Amino acid sequence: MATNSDKLLRVENLVLHFRTTVGVVQAVDGIDFSLDSNRAVVILGESGCGKTSLAKAILRLLPRNVAKYSGKVYLNGTDVMAFNDEEFRQNVRWVGMSLVPQAAMNALNPVIRVGDQVAEPAMIHLGVKKEEALNLARQMFQHVGVPEDFLARYPFELSGGMRQRVAIAMALVTSPSLIVLDEPTSALDLLTQANIFNVLKRIKKELGTSFILITHDIATSSELADEVAIMYAGQIVETAHAKDFFPAPLHPYAQMLMASVPRLRADQDPEFITGQPPSLINLPTFCRFAPRCPKRFGKCDQDPPVVEKDGRKVKCWLYA
Amino acid sequence: MAQTQTVQTTNTAQDTRKVLLSIQNLRVWFELRRFGFGIAGYVRAVDDVSFDLHTGEAIAVVGESGCGKSSLMKTVLGLYRPREGKVVFDGQVISEMGRKGLNWYRSQVGYIQQDPYGALPPFMNVLRILDEPLVIGGIRNKEERMARIHKVLNEVKMYPVEDFLPKFPHMLSGGQQQRTVIARAMIRDPKLIVADEPVSMLDASVRVEILKLLRGLQETHNLSFIYITHDLSTVKYFSERIFVMYAGKLVEKGPIGQILKNPLHPYTFALMAATSDPDARNAETYKEVPPGEPPSLVKPPAGCRFHPRCSRIIKGLCDQQEPPEFEPEPNHQVQCWLYKQ
Repeated sequence: MATNSDKLLRVENLVLHFRTTVGVVQAVDGIDFSLDSNRAVVILGESGCGKTSLAKAILRLLPRNVAKYSGKVYLNGTDVMAFNDEEFRQNVRWVGMSLVPQAAMNALNPVIRVGDQVAEPAMIHLGVKKEEALNLARQMFQHVGVPEDFLARYPFELSGGMRQRVAIAMALVTSPSLIVLDEPTSALDLLTQANIFNVLKRIKKELGTSFILITHDIATSSELADEVAIMYAGQIVETAHAKDFFPAPLHPYAQMLMASVPRLRADQDPEFITGQPPSLINLPTFCRFAPRCPKRFGKCDQDPPVVEKDGRKVKCWLYA
Repeated sequence: MAQTQTVQTTNTAQDTRKVLLSIQNLRVWFELRRFGFGIAGYVRAVDDVSFDLHTGEAIAVVGESGCGKSSLMKTVLGLYRPREGKVVFDGQVISEMGRKGLNWYRSQVGYIQQDPYGALPPFMNVLRILDEPLVIGGIRNKEERMARIHKVLNEVKMYPVEDFLPKFPHMLSGGQQQRTVIARAMIRDPKLIVADEPVSMLDASVRVEILKLLRGLQETHNLSFIYITHDLSTVKYFSERIFVMYAGKLVEKGPIGQILKNPLHPYTFALMAATSDPDARNAETYKEVPPGEPPSLVKPPAGCRFHPRCSRIIKGLCDQQEPPEFEPEPNHQVQCWLYKQ
């Protein structure tokens, strides 16, 4: 346990499988990663690789068709997977870590003033009175750059960018040490997107919050990332510090993903990755990327080990 | 580097190409009604826009949502009627066309929608989706239609074709759905393709594949292309000229190399600054974003429409008089008082 206490979050062998009519979907299949406080990790991957399921597994927001849910999640050294659902709700969700779900700006209740919606988690989880909760909401509005008089407005009176800020304010109001952001800017315009990332950077600096950012957009993810984790077919294939990763990714998938990004400031022709990711129902027993991998060789017909190299981890036979 | 060079050579040669589509002082306004009668005002979605598009030329219209780029596109497609001005295609004014003329016009223009899943009818398979435009186009011979469908599906790289024909949209991946949409746009052998954010709903790895496919089709068929997007990083792989649109106006027009190297309008500047390239150093700095939000198109600000958000505002000029189009560089126009000659 002592080794876990210095990390804010530590995820060990997390597994989340779903039961469907066509078979078991292995959406999260043995994920390990850790995060220090006041850091941000970006989980990057194509759609259908299990990114959102990973967020749900960490926050234990599970649908009914779960086939398997196991592994360890340590938050500030406490094994939160050992909690029962009620303990988890009271001690972890919102107060320990909170979620800004995908399309959060459309998740606001249309008939409740946004100030009341932001204050609600504070009343429930911190047990404060309504006036105090509204005061907290007002403070959070300042952090995310929403004018104070917007507290009394309804969601339809706000633009998409403002609603997204409100959703972030709601996740912040209980002052959790970790916020999970699921595609926070995918539906927003370019300038609004840049604004939201400015807000997140400021929160990280001023409040010391940590972030897990789940996205498929590599270019904008670099705006917040301290660490990068590349996810492919339910597994993490590479983790590294952002400053090491962006100039030189190691895993062939990560390299091809980086090469597929159109760049504004460099004259580099983007390349695409041929083929499609495997179905999460019938996963190969060998390396999951091997069928699309240009660097495939003899050993790739076995499951690759996770190799540590200069403080980075990569799941690939090339580095074994 | 090679990219910019090819772009520049095509630009010097462009004068010799025929003008396919000419948009002249186009205004598309929508009425705002008060209690069902009486006009409370207008949404000025497109306000005095003019440009020429040559045969075989690819242009990009860049702007944020709500800037009027979709209204511009739908007017070009003949779906909206302009309030003022003209859309001239191959010498004919499209708002004056009759039913027959419009049918012909629609065979000349292909439309690629943003959301492929939403654009494909869920109850039709690929064969019917592609067959229908040909039936409407009056091709009676079934073999001829099948030959055309096979040719188009091969062009969008959906092979073996026979495997895809009986599939319904939900059985296709996002990339394949978008290929089907492209095939449908190409099926009547158009001269002009209008693509509305064709890759914004797709994954990063598929995005490039689709863009390259579109570029390939554009070159082999010598198509004219209007590419509508908010993503500046993809335009340079695609088009020869960029039009930057803000609040219903084209604020900057020019060849792609010149605009990316030397953006003139403060709004273009802001768009470029807000576009990220993957770089770990991004996390250390804040982005410069103009304050505020795009103005209401019902009551746009007086003078330059960008002036309330502009950091380089000239007081007494920008907030009072609308800037005309200046041309500080050859072929590069900008509607901004900073470039007053």
